Amino acid sequence: MAIRVPFGERYLPGSSAIHAMDARVKLPAALAYIFAVTLTPVGHWAALGLLALPLVAALALSRLSPLLVARRSALALPFVLAAAPLMFTKEGEALFSVPLLGWTASQEGLEAVLSILAKSWLSVVAAVILTATTPAAELLRAMRTLGLPRVMVATVSFMYRYLFVIGEEALRLMRARDSRSARLPGQKVGSRLGWRAKVLGHMVGSLFLRTYERSERVYAAMQARGYDGEPRFLWDRAWRVPEVLVAAALVIYLAGVEVYARY
Amino acid sequence: MLGTRVDTAVETAVEVANLRFAYPDGVQALRGVNLTVRRGEKVALLGPNGAGKSTFLLHLNGILRGEGQVRIAGVPLRPDNLAQVRAEVGLVFENPDDQLFSPTVLEDVAYGPLYMGLPREEVLERAQRALAQVGMAGFDERPPHHLSLGQKKRVAIATVLAMEPAILALDEPTAGLDPGARRELIRLLRGLPQTMIVSTHDIPLVRDLLPRTLVMDSGVIVADGETPAILSDGALLAAHGLDVF
Repeated sequence: MAIRVPFGERYLPGSSAIHAMDARVKLPAALAYIFAVTLTPVGHWAALGLLALPLVAALALSRLSPLLVARRSALALPFVLAAAPLMFTKEGEALFSVPLLGWTASQEGLEAVLSILAKSWLSVVAAVILTATTPAAELLRAMRTLGLPRVMVATVSFMYRYLFVIGEEALRLMRARDSRSARLPGQKVGSRLGWRAKVLGHMVGSLFLRTYERSERVYAAMQARGYDGEPRFLWDRAWRVPEVLVAAALVIYLAGVEVYARY
Repeated sequence: MLGTRVDTAVETAVEVANLRFAYPDGVQALRGVNLTVRRGEKVALLGPNGAGKSTFLLHLNGILRGEGQVRIAGVPLRPDNLAQVRAEVGLVFENPDDQLFSPTVLEDVAYGPLYMGLPREEVLERAQRALAQVGMAGFDERPPHHLSLGQKKRVAIATVLAMEPAILALDEPTAGLDPGARRELIRLLRGLPQTMIVSTHDIPLVRDLLPRTLVMDSGVIVADGETPAILSDGALLAAHGLDVF
C-alpha cells in the first residue's frame, strides 16, 4: 500500500552554507526581505536591482539548481496575470492600444504591472530558497522560538504531518473509483454529469469523515502520552553569532536600499 | 508506585472488575470484563473484529472511562490520577499514523517524557535510549511520513518506551507488516521486560511470545488460560470466529 503523494516535500537536502544556517535566522531574514521588496516604490528599477543582489548571492551559496528555482517560482505568474488589467486602467501617457477593443495601455500602467511582476517574483524566489534549504520541522521550530502563538504553530505542525497522510487517503479513494470506472465498447461513459458530481461529493464527504475520525484517534494518542491541552515543544541549540550578524547586515542593507529608493 | 516491597497490590499489574462501556451511539462494546494480570505477565488478547479488544485497551489508561473498576498496580483509576496512570501504561495504537503526530521522529518520542515534566536533558536521553532500544537510532530528524510501516511501528513503540511504563498495551502490533518487518518487531517485543497485553490476530506471535491467552467476544472475556491449551481448543476458537490450529 505504498502510495506516494505527487506533491512532495519542499526541502531538498544539501550541505551548503544556506542549508546549514539556523532556521531562526533564515525565517526572519526571508520575511524582512519580502517586506523590503514589497515596500519598494513602483518603477524604481535601480532599487529592485539592488534588492536582487542578496537573492542572487543566496541562490549561488545554496547550490540549488536555478532551473528548479525558476520552475517553483512560476507559482507567482498567475497572480501577475491578475494584475495585467492595470496596464489599461491606469491613467498616463498612451503607449499602444489594442485594435478592435479600443483599450489603451499607459506608460504608468505598464510600469506598475512590471513592478508587480518583479516584486512578486523576487518574493517567491526568496520563499523558494527558504523552503528548499530548510526542513519543515526546522521552520516550525523557528516559528516557535520566534514567539508565534503555540496553538498556531501546533496547528501548522499537524497540517504538515497529516497533509501527506490525508493526501494518500484521497489518492486511494480516487484509485478505487478509477478501478471501477470501466467502459464497455459502444456504451457512453460514466452516466450523467450530475451523477458523477454526486460520486465526487460522496468521496469528499467520506474523506472529511475519515479525517475527522482520525483526529479523534490522534487526540487519544496525545492524551495517552499526557497531553493536557497546552502544546509544549522541545527546543535546544545555541544561536550562532556569525549567522545572526549576517542576517543583521542583510536587514541594514535592505533598509539602506529602501532609504535610497525614497530620497 | 513500583516499590521493591512485595505485597499483593504491587504484584498485580492490572485488575479489571465488571467493566462495562457503551459508545455514545449506543453500541455496548464492553459487557462486564473481569481480568487480573500479574506483574511481568505476557498476555494475548484474541477475538474477532468488533469484539471490544481495542475499546478494552483504551480503558487501561483512562482514554475511555466505563462503569466498573480498573486498577493499575493496585491504584484505582480516577480522574485525578489519570496523568500518573498514563505514565505507567504505555498504549501503542494500531495505526502508527495516529500515534506519530509530530513533525519529526525525535519530537514524537520526546513527547511523552516532555509532558511528564522531566528536565530537558533527561527528556532527550530517554528519547535517544528508546530509539536505540527499537533499533531506530539516527532517525531523529526524519519526518514520520518518510518511514516504512515497520519503522513507524517501531518508533510508535519507542514513543511509549520513552515514558518507561511498567505495562505495555499493544493493539495489533504486527498487522500489515511484511515477514521481515514482522520478525524484527517480534524480536523487539521479546526483549522488552514490561507486563504486556497484546491484542492481535497473529497466532504464531501469540504462540511464540505470550504464555497466557484471553479470548474476547461481544464485549466479554469468554476464555482465559494458558496459550497452548486455548490454541488447541478448536471448538472454542471456531465458536468465536478464530482460526483453528
